[in-house]
Amino acid sequence: MNHWIIAPIVLPAMVAPLIVLAMRHDLMLQRVFGLASSVAMVVLSGALLWSASFGPPQVYFLGDWPAPFGIVLVLDRLAALMVALTSVLALVVQLYAIGTGWDARGKHFHALFLFQVMGLNGAFLTGDAFNLFVFFEVLLIASYGLMIHGGGGQRLRAGVQYVAFNLIGSTLFLFALATVYAVTGTLNMADLAVRVAELPPGDAALLRVAGVLMLMVFAIKGALVPLQFWLPGTYANAPGPVAALFAVMTKVGAYAVIRVYALAFPTDTPATGTLFADLLLPAALVTIAVGSVGVLGAATLARQAAFAGIASMGVLFAAVAAFEPQATSAALYYLIHSTLAGAVLFLVVDLVTDRRGNGALRGPTMPFAQSGLLAALFLGAAVALAGTPPLSGFIGKLLVLDALRADLTLVWSVILGGSFLMILGFARAGSHVFWKSQATVPDDQAPEAQRPEPLAFAAVFALMAGLVVLTVLGGPVSAWLDTTAQGLHDRDAYIGAVMARAGEG
Amino acid sequence: MEVLVASAIGVMTASGIYLMLRMRTFPVIVGLSMLSYAVNVFLFASGRLAVGMAPIIDKAAVGYADPLPQALALTAIVISFGMTAVIVMMALGAYLHGGDDHVDMDAEEDR
Repeated sequence: MNHWIIAPIVLPAMVAPLIVLAMRHDLMLQRVFGLASSVAMVVLSGALLWSASFGPPQVYFLGDWPAPFGIVLVLDRLAALMVALTSVLALVVQLYAIGTGWDARGKHFHALFLFQVMGLNGAFLTGDAFNLFVFFEVLLIASYGLMIHGGGGQRLRAGVQYVAFNLIGSTLFLFALATVYAVTGTLNMADLAVRVAELPPGDAALLRVAGVLMLMVFAIKGALVPLQFWLPGTYANAPGPVAALFAVMTKVGAYAVIRVYALAFPTDTPATGTLFADLLLPAALVTIAVGSVGVLGAATLARQAAFAGIASMGVLFAAVAAFEPQATSAALYYLIHSTLAGAVLFLVVDLVTDRRGNGALRGPTMPFAQSGLLAALFLGAAVALAGTPPLSGFIGKLLVLDALRADLTLVWSVILGGSFLMILGFARAGSHVFWKSQATVPDDQAPEAQRPEPLAFAAVFALMAGLVVLTVLGGPVSAWLDTTAQGLHDRDAYIGAVMARAGEG
Repeated sequence: MEVLVASAIGVMTASGIYLMLRMRTFPVIVGLSMLSYAVNVFLFASGRLAVGMAPIIDKAAVGYADPLPQALALTAIVISFGMTAVIVMMALGAYLHGGDDHVDMDAEEDR
């Protein structure tokens, strides 16, 4: 048994309480320990990604209990990829938070940040549905604290809505899990896959109810229409770096759909058939429409970034809804891309809002410091999210379009029309914030030089470099993802690895 | 027994959803609590209803109650308790900052 598999959960779980208990008055120590563990996580997740790339899924039996009886963690290529993505994003966002001083505007930023990363890593690694619920709660409760970091009445009120929405989601998740357990008698995902295939026809209706309930929970996490209402208010009011970290939180919903539905409810299951795919695809297409219209009509930069996030989740779910290897591979490529691009946009928006005093896209234009550099970064993020060449958004959308040839007219026109609306929306925002403000500057009102914050810009450029690398290495990355997607849909390796010791019980 | 448990879950869920749709934070929080009570009872029922049965292995036992849903309900209770405490604190903070306890956002401030 490879004990390193549990390290991405144990490491933050140890360091975060240490930060709260031992160094809560010393910001510098918090920064050092927070950064050190983030660097360690990047190294660790890189090593796990390397070891998962060669060979079958590896299973970690907690307490050494054999599979359907105890909880398991499973490291396969998908889980390793998600953990690595989270670690890299967390490190960059943490650097940004330190560079801009966001972490000094409230207490316990670094501890909550590490708890959030712990919840994310746990959700990606676990092979047990109830354990997935527990890690969802871990990441949520940390996100509640991060969301209201820095305080303020408006942020607190948005936070209450966010918590209430997610509490409803958690309750739904419990209803779904209880129904799954009542029907199949197991919550282990691999065991679930075996039992669902052998289910007597009389129980099919209950199983479908459970499956749809669970899909709704993941749709709340992934901000799929009609359950996306929490996202714009939350992301627009959250601190910039926190919103950037939340870029990976919506992806947890997409990950969970890929994991649970590709494993336990493949489209050839007699009890459920293509039910989930039929529900997901229309919802995803409406999500693209809502997101891109939102980008066009948003009143502030932060809300625009949030709606861009919704639109990218729509593209992602449209590819996921096909439930076949080529589309899943495209979805995973787009998932990596949209996580990085969404984070870049949120960080740039935070920098602009900080220098300009507000992020309004209406009313008077005003000049602000470093607007040339920020305009270039905003352009880069907009190009990436709208999916125009030369960045990886173009390749990602191309892969998705190529994989979804079945419903050519409808799907292609929605995705391409959405991209067009996003280009218009970003162009309007860019010209209002950056361009027009330059035309009206009298010399005596030139913006005062502000602190340059090199660390924050380094963090944004690092994410941008990640997008460039993803574009340049598009071929090898998508070849790797093809194998990953193949492994997800040939379920035997995963089920075999988890259930290898089932006889011992 | 079945009717009693089922109707208890139904009534608690219904009143929870009704309260959750109110405009002010206090009824919303009470509604969320009702909903979490309902789901805890539902979790118990998922292991089938058994009266007076031992949950762990016992030589004298004639039959067993499923112990797993009991463990799940325990976990769910702890989590929902913690979450309710968090939302109470946040609602209190929003009330003290904003001066009223409405759940919805002010349209102008939202910009």
